[in-house]
Amino acid sequence: MTAGASDRETPSADGSQPRPGASAPPPAAPAPSPGASAPARSPGASAPAPSPAGPSASPGTPALAHPVLALRHAAKSFGAVRAVIDGTIDLYAGEAHALLGENGAGKSTIVKILAGVHQPDSGEVLIDGAPVTLPGPAAAQDAGIAVIYQEPTLFPDLSVAENIFMGRQPLAAGRRIDRRRMLADSAALFRRLGVRLDPGRICRGLSIADQQIVEIAKALSLDARVIVMDEPTAALSAVEVDRLFEVVRALREGRAAVLFISHRLEEVFEICQRVTVMRDGRHVLSSELAGLTADDLVRAMVGRQMAERTAGERSTPGELVLRVEHLTREGVFTDVSLDVRAGEIVALAGLVGSGRSEVARAVFGIDRYDAGRVLLRGRELRRASPAAAMASGIGFVPEDRRQQGLVMDMSVQQNVALASLARLRKGGLIRTAAERAFTTDWAVRLNLKYGRLSDPVFQLSGGNQQKVVLAKWLGRQPALLIVDEPTRGIDIATKAEVHRLLVRLAGDGVAILMISSELPEVLHVGDRILVMREGRLTAEFGHEEATEEKIMAAATGQPQERAS
Amino acid sequence: MTTTVTERQDSAGAPPGTGSRKLTERVFRIRESGIIVVFVVFVAVTTAVKPSFLDEQNIQFLLINTTVFALLALGETIVVVSRNVDLSIGSVLGLSAYVSASMFGSHHVGVPVAFAVGLGIGLACGVANGLMVAIGRVPSLVVTLATLYIVRGVDILIVGGNQVNAQTLPDAFTQIPRATVLGVPYLAIAIAVVIGIGAYYLRSFRSGRELYAIGSNPEAARLAAIPVGRRVFTAFAVSGAIAGLAGVLWAAQYQTIDSSAGTGYELTVISAVVVGGVAIFGGSGSAVGAAVGALLLSSINSALNVLGISPLWLEAISGFLLLLAITLDRVISLRLQAALRRRSSGVGT
Amino acid sequence: MAPDRPDRPDLTENAANAENVANAASGRDRLGPAARASLRWESGLGLLVIAIVIFGAMSSPRFLTTGNFFNTAVTAGEIAIMALPMTLIIISGEIDLSVASILGMSSALLGFLWARHWPMLAIFVVVALAGILAGLINGLLVTRVGLPSLAVTIGTLALYRGVALILLGPNTVSDFPSGYIGIGINPLPGTQIPWNLAIFVVLAVIFGIVLHFTATGRSIYAMGASQEAALFAGIRVKRVKTTLYAVSGLVCALAGVLWTFRLATAVQNNGLGQELAVVAVVLLGGVSIFGGKGTLAGVVLAVIAFAGLQNALLLTNFNQEATGIVIGALLLVSVFAPNLAALRRGRLPRWIRRRTHPGGAGGHPAPAVDQT
Repeated sequence: MTAGASDRETPSADGSQPRPGASAPPPAAPAPSPGASAPARSPGASAPAPSPAGPSASPGTPALAHPVLALRHAAKSFGAVRAVIDGTIDLYAGEAHALLGENGAGKSTIVKILAGVHQPDSGEVLIDGAPVTLPGPAAAQDAGIAVIYQEPTLFPDLSVAENIFMGRQPLAAGRRIDRRRMLADSAALFRRLGVRLDPGRICRGLSIADQQIVEIAKALSLDARVIVMDEPTAALSAVEVDRLFEVVRALREGRAAVLFISHRLEEVFEICQRVTVMRDGRHVLSSELAGLTADDLVRAMVGRQMAERTAGERSTPGELVLRVEHLTREGVFTDVSLDVRAGEIVALAGLVGSGRSEVARAVFGIDRYDAGRVLLRGRELRRASPAAAMASGIGFVPEDRRQQGLVMDMSVQQNVALASLARLRKGGLIRTAAERAFTTDWAVRLNLKYGRLSDPVFQLSGGNQQKVVLAKWLGRQPALLIVDEPTRGIDIATKAEVHRLLVRLAGDGVAILMISSELPEVLHVGDRILVMREGRLTAEFGHEEATEEKIMAAATGQPQERAS
Repeated sequence: MTTTVTERQDSAGAPPGTGSRKLTERVFRIRESGIIVVFVVFVAVTTAVKPSFLDEQNIQFLLINTTVFALLALGETIVVVSRNVDLSIGSVLGLSAYVSASMFGSHHVGVPVAFAVGLGIGLACGVANGLMVAIGRVPSLVVTLATLYIVRGVDILIVGGNQVNAQTLPDAFTQIPRATVLGVPYLAIAIAVVIGIGAYYLRSFRSGRELYAIGSNPEAARLAAIPVGRRVFTAFAVSGAIAGLAGVLWAAQYQTIDSSAGTGYELTVISAVVVGGVAIFGGSGSAVGAAVGALLLSSINSALNVLGISPLWLEAISGFLLLLAITLDRVISLRLQAALRRRSSGVGT
Repeated sequence: MAPDRPDRPDLTENAANAENVANAASGRDRLGPAARASLRWESGLGLLVIAIVIFGAMSSPRFLTTGNFFNTAVTAGEIAIMALPMTLIIISGEIDLSVASILGMSSALLGFLWARHWPMLAIFVVVALAGILAGLINGLLVTRVGLPSLAVTIGTLALYRGVALILLGPNTVSDFPSGYIGIGINPLPGTQIPWNLAIFVVLAVIFGIVLHFTATGRSIYAMGASQEAALFAGIRVKRVKTTLYAVSGLVCALAGVLWTFRLATAVQNNGLGQELAVVAVVLLGGVSIFGGKGTLAGVVLAVIAFAGLQNALLLTNFNQEATGIVIGALLLVSVFAPNLAALRRGRLPRWIRRRTHPGGAGGHPAPAVDQT
């Protein structure tokens, strides 16, 4: 969550925030329909006093009697874990409503309740003011609720049109599927959304952004009145985010309600009218965004003042640890050269898709490369061999914690020890006592919170899972630590811990290459900042001279308007 | 999911997809028609070497031999596209063959009754499989492995040391595979029609497409409110019924049935299905391709005979063909993905 | 899927940590849920073995004699031996259906070369190499070309059986020296233990140590549970899997030799159809078809149960080939039991949380997205 935005750009009173590179704010929405709140950009004539429920009506328009979809005082537990204790949210037609909260605050569970995947233990779901039960996803779909999950769930072997209409394909005589109509209907949906996508192609190979569009088209085809988007922009480039926002506006104009879950506050301010904040399973704030600041929201999410964010002292860089020379992989990245010295943190910034993770994976040996070389402490590293990379002292904390960083079914101890088995054995056999001591040692050092060492890691929170991954690599005492999105999906408190840890490691002489899409993190932690765009390095900044604008300019290739 | 690998920078602006669509469609058509091409080439080459390959008697023989396998391939395809597998078809065929054929001798029934019995046995086994896989949510490999054993065991118990002999079978029954029209066996035509119907159903009806969806992404299928349990159950029930029917036809054809009938068929059928272009993990492929795969494997048998090559080579050749088919599929798929990526990324170079 | 747990506030940090350290030190969290689940399974198997022994003893007075025990061990020996590498392969997330065909091929090769008067020791070397080669082909197709092991080993099942057919045709070779044939009849000198059993015990110990106590074994579990995470931890997944297949090939070649000598005949259909019995025994031993779970001890118990059951039924004149019914039923029980238990406890069966790689030979998991 880019709470750090508040440092750089204080939002103006109406909560709007210029977005670097964004197109000019759209013209004011057509005459506000009853109950719809005025868009955040043009300060509504209504008084911005936050109200716990319902938008304040614009003068002259009666408030809508009922929200399209409402959740009142829902509670849901999974075994001993109380995921939601008091969940309340109201969604009105035609609005974009943000749902904020730290990880573990209960947002995902709320989404799943609205989607019919879970049934609340208590509380009620109301549609147009009437209580309903949603026993399953089918019921929610019938009720007009569509959810776009973070990971699009499409059928890769089937065509785009089939994905949209699966189970509801238009029929010709004799209940045969009418393919031509299916294609035509899909094309019409895409036109409504203002995007271009070929409905006849198969889904395999579509970018995440396109997959999302397909999901949205699917929702539209269901005449969804409520569209829930769960972290939709996490994996999108700036251009794709803008396209998505246009789509959201189109949806709102079609009188759908959009529930927008995100960690990126600047996006929330740009696209949403109202917000609900969850904390520890309860809703703590529901109001119009007009009149709120990012700090207000963060305070609501965290419940306390943001901790002071000094990361620590900078040390002077030591000897050269990593040198990458003219690394190239056709179609992915080209002529990438960089250095990382002992004790310095090099941040690699850029838009998603610019090739940063691919470079990192190529350095570590997971992916291959076509030309160039990698030298660690002066010695050339064999390519495409993670084992060789590890042997020479590289540690790699990957982007995807659940699939790549951890073996979810294995225990905390087994995961922490997984990269150090050679060290923990004697005579070929693993010494369990040594393994346990090793794990405990690192658990204490990283302040890891767990039940037992033998608990499977899927039971841990996101922040603690990341600590397990870190422990795994730090246990090898690497000379170079590569971290890819070190704090993605982690709550604020643990985020700060991880940043402090990285700086401390640098202070101890570890060379760190950090890939991050969060500009505040990049600026906060990086000693030097490199920017990649479309597979090439386009800029380098020192710590003092770097600003978010400069980084974004280099990342997008567009000169930025100076923000206020 | 490694999101960054398939990402594109600027998908909104460029007219995307149409080029990619043509490419993928072209490849798919090559794959699906590829097996037909291979088959035609194979027949052509063999006939060139030994023209007697295509004489009437041989074709009839070939077609008859294939019908059972092609039918089984249809049933297996329905199951495999949903990312399941039915290993019990050989045992079900054997049981159905014996029980239905022995009804002639013991109960003097008419031919339709025998068919009904065989179909019923197959359906019962299929329903059992379907219930266990769909409701018990147990992997189909394990369930059908178990029923393979159980049904074979039941078959052995019922058969004891006996066997059904040709003499006990009525002519009406044994003529079924032999009746021809214009030199082509009726049965082959009927089975071809059945396969055509099956393939058409899979391609053009909602529940058929849902089977593909289940195989392509089972979790998404659940989220999309597809009745996964019901579809999978039906797939197994149908597969069982088809195996039962195939058993009766097998009995009509070979006329001597003991407890070993159908042993080992499942793996051959799966080979045929995979060679015919059906992905082993589901989501794509057609019943027609699978049937052609069965036809191809059968013709190799026939060709070996005609060419005077020891039939001992058949097994090895089948195995080799399967490996070749899946290797080619994989290589093509990798190339295709790389091409799609390059086409859409516009990065580098 | 259980949601992420919210972190507890700072105040209890130190207390929680101290407790954790204490727990670890006292070894109180020695047994994780996985270990406890395995123990439950093995106890169940143990009870099953006891039940079978009781059944056998009641059905026939000959059941509990040394002679019978000897025969049982001899007959089940090859399947037992083949089940050992199969266990590791399935735990690693793959499957090998070609095991019986490698057995048959080795038998055919043995007969083929013997009929051409090769010295026996040379034959052993060639057969061993052939087995390793066969396994390597499997391994390379799965790891280098990236093909699903289910499809590959169905193909090699036919291919290797075909090789056996080509080598021997319909012929048999039976004139082996009595010293070797004696393996099936005579025990280890000085004991009552048949050769088969001794070999099995030695191999079981070796495989057990490797699986449960070495880094390689741990990596096998890891790659079965999550191949991607294993790769990212620097585990040489391809090398390990290829090695497992090669070892399996070698062990199956050994099984082929033993089978041939036991029957005193080399014929192409030796071991025909036995691959499914081997898989059944491994699954019965508590190994999950999806990989990442299972113990060698469980498989050993399953082998004992299987052998004992086959023998008990043989003694009661139950139609030998119908024992398949019992195997099938046991197999079903072995997969339904954990699901039922989990459902009762309110947790969804673990397969629902399944993930990426097509290692799961259960026909389930395959990547929903590209894997390039």
